[in-house]
Amino acid sequence: MTGLPRPWALLAELTHACPLRCPYCSNPVELVRRSAELTAADWARVFGEAAGLGVVHTHLSGGEPLLRPDLAEITASAVRTGLYTQLVTSGVGLTETRMAELLDAGLHSVQLSVQDADPVSSDRIGGRRSFPAKERAARLVVESGLPLGLNVVLHRHNLDSLDEIIALGLSWGVSRIELANTQYYGWAQLNRAALLPTREQLARAEPTLRRWRDRLAGSVEVIWVVPDYFEGIPKPCMGGWGSLSITVGPDGTALPCPAAYALPGLDPPSVRDRPLAWIWESSPAFNAYRGTAWLPEPCAGCPRREIDFGGCRCQAFAITGDAGRTDPACALSPDHHLIKELTEGGDPAAPAELVYRGPRRRRGAVGEVMVSAPPEQPIG
Amino acid sequence: METDWRPALAPAVLLRRDGVTGADLLVMPERVVVLNEQAGAVLRLCDGASTVTQIVDRLLADHPGAPVAEEVPVFIDRVRGEGWVR
Repeated sequence: MTGLPRPWALLAELTHACPLRCPYCSNPVELVRRSAELTAADWARVFGEAAGLGVVHTHLSGGEPLLRPDLAEITASAVRTGLYTQLVTSGVGLTETRMAELLDAGLHSVQLSVQDADPVSSDRIGGRRSFPAKERAARLVVESGLPLGLNVVLHRHNLDSLDEIIALGLSWGVSRIELANTQYYGWAQLNRAALLPTREQLARAEPTLRRWRDRLAGSVEVIWVVPDYFEGIPKPCMGGWGSLSITVGPDGTALPCPAAYALPGLDPPSVRDRPLAWIWESSPAFNAYRGTAWLPEPCAGCPRREIDFGGCRCQAFAITGDAGRTDPACALSPDHHLIKELTEGGDPAAPAELVYRGPRRRRGAVGEVMVSAPPEQPIG
Repeated sequence: METDWRPALAPAVLLRRDGVTGADLLVMPERVVVLNEQAGAVLRLCDGASTVTQIVDRLLADHPGAPVAEEVPVFIDRVRGEGWVR
C-alpha cells in the first residue's frame, strides 16, 4: 500500500501473568487468562509475518514472560526470523539455567524493571519481595555479555530517589536507563491519586536528571518519558497511531498500543483470525486514528499536528470519555482544565492507598479494591 | 587515531539489511539507525580484523578517486563516539 508507514516494532505480550503486582501495570485491568494464551507456534507465525512487514525489533514482554516455560523456544523463533529480540522482565525467575537457554536461543538484549533503589521500597511498590531476584538477574545478564537496560516507572513514591535509582543502574552495569513517568491508564488510572507526584518533586528531579545526563553522555543512555500531565504538551503516543508499532496481547489481540485494550468500540482484530499484514494495513482499529485526517480542532490547524498527532488516544478517552478528542494533556485542549484540576489540587499528603494489580472481577466498578493476589504459579 | 586499531561493531549492535528498502541498518536495543550506502559500506568492513588503513585501501580499490582517505577515518571516529564501534 502506498503512503502507508511500515511497522518497526512488535510488542509481544506473551502472558499477562506476573509475580509482581505493580499498581501502575501497563496491562489492561481485565487481564487475559492463561488458558487463552497463544502457543509458541502461533508466536512463530506472528514473528514471521511481522518481519515480512518490516518489523526490526521485538520486545518479549508480559506480564512476566519468564512465566512461559516455552520462552526459549519463542525467543529462538523470533531470532530466526531476523528480529532483534529483547526480553522485558521483572527479573523474577531469571535463573542461571534460563539465562543460558535464552542466550542459546539468540536473545539480543534484556530490559529489567526495578521499582525503587531501596530494596524495601522496591518490594513494597512491586507488591512482593523481588529485589534480590532483580539483583541476580542483572548480574546474570551482564555476565552473559548481553546489553542490559533498566526500566523504572516514576511516581510520587520513588521520584525523590531518582539520584539513587540511576546510581543503582550504574552499579548493576546497565547501558541504558529508561525513566518513565507514570502514564495514567488502566491500573495507574485506578491509582492516580496515590501515584501523581507533586510539581515540586518534578522540579527537584529535573536538575538531577540533567546532571546525570551530562555525566553519562556517550556511555549510558538516559531516557526520560515526560510527565505529560504537568508539561502542557502532549506526547506523540507510540509515535503516532498505527505508524511505528504493533502490540499483540497474550490471546492474539492486535492493538496499535498496549493501553488501547480499554478503548470501547475499537473492535481490535486478532492474529488468530487475520494475517498481520491485513491487521496493519486494513483493519478499522489500526486506521481509526492514523495520520492527521481524523484530527479534531484545535489539532487540525495546529503546526504541531505532524509532531504529536493530537496526543494520546487512550488518555483522551481516560479523561474525557471520547478517544477522538484532543489529548487533554495539551494546554490547547478545551479539556485541559480536567488535567490541571488533577495536578494543581494542592494535595501534599499522599492520599489514597495503592490498589495492587491482581485478578479482577469482570464488570467490577472502578475503584473497587482488589488486593492480595498470589502469583498464578511458582517460578524459578 | 591509533594505527593498530581494528574497529568492530559493539556487541549490542547488529548490521542488518532492511527487508523493505534494502538499506543497511544498525540495530541495537530500542534503536534503529538507517545508514546511507557509503556508511553501510564502511561499517561492513569494520570486522575487528582490519585496521582503518586497510579499510581505507579496500574502499579505494572499489571507489577509485573518492575522498575516502580524508572522510572515512573521521566517520569511523564519529561512529566510535556514538558507541557503535569500538
